[in-house]
Amino acid sequence: MDNSNVEMNQLLNYTLHLADTNLILAQRNGECCAYGPILEQDIAITNITLDLLGQARNFYQYAALITGNTATEDSLAYLRTEREYKNLLITEIPNIDWAQIVLRQFFYSVYQYEVFKHLQTGADTQLAAIAEKSIKETTYHVKWSSEWVIRLGDGTTESFEKINKALQNIWQYTGEFFIPADYEKNFIDYSTIKEKWISKIKIVLEEATLKVPENIFMQTGGKTGIHTEHMGFILSDMQYLQRTYPGAEW
Amino acid sequence: MNTYFIKKFLYGDIPEVTAGASDVKNTAAPATESKDTWPLWEVFIRSKQGLDHKHAGSLHAADATMAIENARDVYTRRQEGVSLWVVESKYIHASNPDDAESFYTPAEDKVYRHPTFYDLPDEVKHM
Repeated sequence: MDNSNVEMNQLLNYTLHLADTNLILAQRNGECCAYGPILEQDIAITNITLDLLGQARNFYQYAALITGNTATEDSLAYLRTEREYKNLLITEIPNIDWAQIVLRQFFYSVYQYEVFKHLQTGADTQLAAIAEKSIKETTYHVKWSSEWVIRLGDGTTESFEKINKALQNIWQYTGEFFIPADYEKNFIDYSTIKEKWISKIKIVLEEATLKVPENIFMQTGGKTGIHTEHMGFILSDMQYLQRTYPGAEW
Repeated sequence: MNTYFIKKFLYGDIPEVTAGASDVKNTAAPATESKDTWPLWEVFIRSKQGLDHKHAGSLHAADATMAIENARDVYTRRQEGVSLWVVESKYIHASNPDDAESFYTPAEDKVYRHPTFYDLPDEVKHM
């Protein structure tokens, strides 16, 4: 491959990483549909899910354009194998309870906000445009999830226990956010993003009377296709329809 | 003793005992103050072209912040508005449907209250 091919390949992989992370989190959050703790929050989390899915579509459409041939947003979303997905591991962990759902959303949304902020001024105009469009949605996701983290953490003994347990469970998946895969280096510099992320989440966790866990081993691999044991189950759910009835439409 | 004349009604004619009005005395714990249920809120939305907030519906929320966010999520998904008001339902007092006859029927034969008996000058527009 010559240089421009290498660059195109990196752009494709980075775009897929952005798309896959949103898609898998949307798939997980989507499990809440009709199962939310209360009607209003059921709608809130599924609204967020639709935002994530919409953003994912924009990234997949761009990735399909870069890939060329017969690739479409659907073939990229539904017809790849597990090792080809580049989503962050945090999106794969099971929902367990509302505390886990809102804390995962909070960690990811704050991160996504900083990434979009960075991409807005990046060299690739298409990624910049998608980031600019999406960041308004993400701003609301940050606000919504922050308030829930505070509400549960600074709530009752039971709600504190639940979100603290979620924190101990999820924290190990946040280290991966800031470790660039080879294909990312042209697009993003995580050093300032990491600083901002840490300082923002610390403010909310402190308000929620939660402590940032220390000396926790950080899981990695999602960005390069090495996933948790949950990923296969997510894909079999998500891809079932397209694989059983290829090309099925509404 | 008949306490009919001092009985207050709340929004949607929910009897006080189940609506959780804060000033209700000598009643069993209102349903909305149960620890498993959040209070009910009424939502008002101003549309982009509108001047006034219009009643859109109701929802449950633990406090005003959550009520505003829930209203945003439940009632503005299809660009219904650009401004929201919420108020806890128990603070809205409603007229008693039993009063309808004495409240509203007397207006029926007083058509002269409509400004239709005046000749409007041509200069007056938008009437």
